[in-house]
Amino acid sequence: MKEIYLDNSATTKVFPEIAALMTKIYTDDYGNPSSMHNKGVDAEKYIRTAKEQIAKTLKVSEKEIIFTSCGTESDNMALLGAAHALRRKGNHIITTKVEHPAVLRTMEALEKEGFDITYLGTDRYGVISLDELKDSVRDDTILVSIMHVNNEIGSIMPVKEAGELIKSINKDIVFHVDAVQSYGKFVINPKKMNVDMLSVSGHKIHGPKGIGFLYLNEKLRIEPLILGGGQQNNMRSGTENVAGIAAMGLAAKMMYENLDDDVKRMYDHKKHLIDGITDIEDVSINGVSDDGIMGAPHVISVSVKDVRAEVLLHALEDKGIYVSAGSACSTHKKSVSSTLSAIGLEKNLLDSTVRFSLSVLTTKDEIDDAIKAMHELIPVLRKYKPH
Amino acid sequence: MFSAFLIKYAEIGVKGKNRYVFENALVSRIKAVLAKCEGEFDVPKSDGRIFVYAKTAFDYDEVTDALKTVFGISGICPMEGCDLIPIDELGQKVCDYINENIPDRNVTFKIVTRRANKAYPLDSMETSANIGGAVLDRFPEMKVDVHEPELVIHVEIREKIFIYSEEIPGPGGMPLGTNGKAMLLLSGGIDSPVAGYMIAKRGVRIDAVYFHAPPYTSERAKQKVVDLAKEISKYTGPIDLHVINFTDIQLHIYEKCPHDELTIIMRRYMMMIAEELAKQNECLGLITGESLGQVASQTIHSLAVTNEVCTLPVFRPLIGMDKNEIVAISEKIGTYETSILPFEDCCTIFVAKHPVTKPNLNVIKRHEKNLEDRIKELFDRAIDTDEVIHID
Repeated sequence: MKEIYLDNSATTKVFPEIAALMTKIYTDDYGNPSSMHNKGVDAEKYIRTAKEQIAKTLKVSEKEIIFTSCGTESDNMALLGAAHALRRKGNHIITTKVEHPAVLRTMEALEKEGFDITYLGTDRYGVISLDELKDSVRDDTILVSIMHVNNEIGSIMPVKEAGELIKSINKDIVFHVDAVQSYGKFVINPKKMNVDMLSVSGHKIHGPKGIGFLYLNEKLRIEPLILGGGQQNNMRSGTENVAGIAAMGLAAKMMYENLDDDVKRMYDHKKHLIDGITDIEDVSINGVSDDGIMGAPHVISVSVKDVRAEVLLHALEDKGIYVSAGSACSTHKKSVSSTLSAIGLEKNLLDSTVRFSLSVLTTKDEIDDAIKAMHELIPVLRKYKPH
Repeated sequence: MFSAFLIKYAEIGVKGKNRYVFENALVSRIKAVLAKCEGEFDVPKSDGRIFVYAKTAFDYDEVTDALKTVFGISGICPMEGCDLIPIDELGQKVCDYINENIPDRNVTFKIVTRRANKAYPLDSMETSANIGGAVLDRFPEMKVDVHEPELVIHVEIREKIFIYSEEIPGPGGMPLGTNGKAMLLLSGGIDSPVAGYMIAKRGVRIDAVYFHAPPYTSERAKQKVVDLAKEISKYTGPIDLHVINFTDIQLHIYEKCPHDELTIIMRRYMMMIAEELAKQNECLGLITGESLGQVASQTIHSLAVTNEVCTLPVFRPLIGMDKNEIVAISEKIGTYETSILPFEDCCTIFVAKHPVTKPNLNVIKRHEKNLEDRIKELFDRAIDTDEVIHID
């Protein structure tokens, strides 16, 4: 059976050139970059190259890239590190209700430490209001964390405007952006966007799992999360994941090579998918509007009334099509998605929402197949309603 | 250093002429669990006792944990062994044993000797008396009490001499394979693994059947059942898990029968399929985790209606137990953590808000007539989907 992978916001397929590069590093250039001999020097070169490749995409200095094990670690490091370093300046942090758990759970931990956290709501398209942000900033606000693109519905946050606004009120407030879903799909320029810290993950951009990075403005001092041998300028100890780092660098380079074309193609696919399935009765798309709000090019959140997301997911899987359930629900455990609740999705749709997510590898044929499958499956599944 | 174990068994002792069958089954099960442990072992039978002798180094905790999963064992006595040494040396040996293993020596004790090796110069009484004297000399705080001693030190004189005092409780029950085989209806819940464990404890080998309903239930739900089967197989020995695709039958019932009777009719078809598989696989009974009154399908009325489709005996070992009692066993045997993982199983996906609690057999049968056009074909097709996962 043909495999149609439309779950690219969960993870992506590693590009073959990237896998080949990693194999070469694992088998030939396996040195420890801290070693004084040539093997170490060779390994270090990969790290330097990767930093250059990444720094170029963001127009920042190579010194400002710190490699981590994943997007979650980048978020943890940024938020815990900044909050602890700035504790004496203030106690207030602002974030949104629709952040990834990597941010939300970290905020909860900071709350337990005594920090005061404000969670911004969103409109029905999953976008925060700049006025609410402005009103939330206080004299003791030290840190603001806003995701760039929401992982569940693909809404795009006005991070540039938010950065400007925050800094115009108080230039010392540190601004963190979780860019795990946007890096590789958007041109991101932290310096121009007033972003001090930016989290990125490797496996969302056709790199491997186990690698991520944090852009950290060189003027900013935060506390490291992981202590040890003092690698990466003491900011993140532990022997560098050389193969992962090199892969991350190459992935960054490749994602930005044809960015405009790639993004345009993904938007075409997105529109095509939306047009193709919204003619089915009671199927609606979250995070997009009729009058131009399109969200990110790769995320399509689809609510299908009277069909349980998990069932639709498995039925699509049966046809070789892989998607995500918007909110993992079962009769045993209700874990309602914070994003879907925040955008005010009707209760009966919370458990009926699936996410299609595209990549640069997605083809029009695959979208056609997905549309066809939805047309076939939804009427059948609706015959058997849960009570 | 313990180098051997005396295996005690309770119920087998009274089985008369069949006794060797039970003993052999026990020995072979002990060998099977020890084969998975580090080290090599001999498991001889002699004079109505079973011994485990370590021939190499072994991990004491691993071996005792393994033996604790063998049904039929009532107690496991770790023994220290030594050569056939003269009585004065043996006295000192026992004192060393006490020194090492009995931290609180303010106790009354007695020495019990069993002399299987009649070549040993002293008889059991003399041996015990001699050793007792040595102990009293070395540990003046210890006192002899032959009637109600707090500590009993056993000395077994065989081709070697063994000393033991501790008895670790075994799981009890009867050796696996001495009581045929039965088919367990295994869901992902708390109850059915416990039911399987309890029937296996009576010497019954287990096969299991799981009904999955893709796309309504996921591969992970199936994996959970495989994991549960793996956990109980520590006790029950190898299990053939039959996975049956039940979706079409379920949907057919959904279309043709009243929704408040869905569960009960579904249960009837599950029992029929389980019985068919049981017969194909030499099983002599069915096992379910039903507990009277726990849910609508487990009222006495519902059970009567479900049971009506079966000709094989249906064993329901949890029938009189409360949920907390069942949970306690599942925690003990290690299935609880897996059982509570949140995956949909096929019993819950279409469950009605108010299922019947007092179904009437005639009414149910009348409604089942609606299924007639396709049910035979769907039933056979479901049996054909049987995927056997061998778990050991």
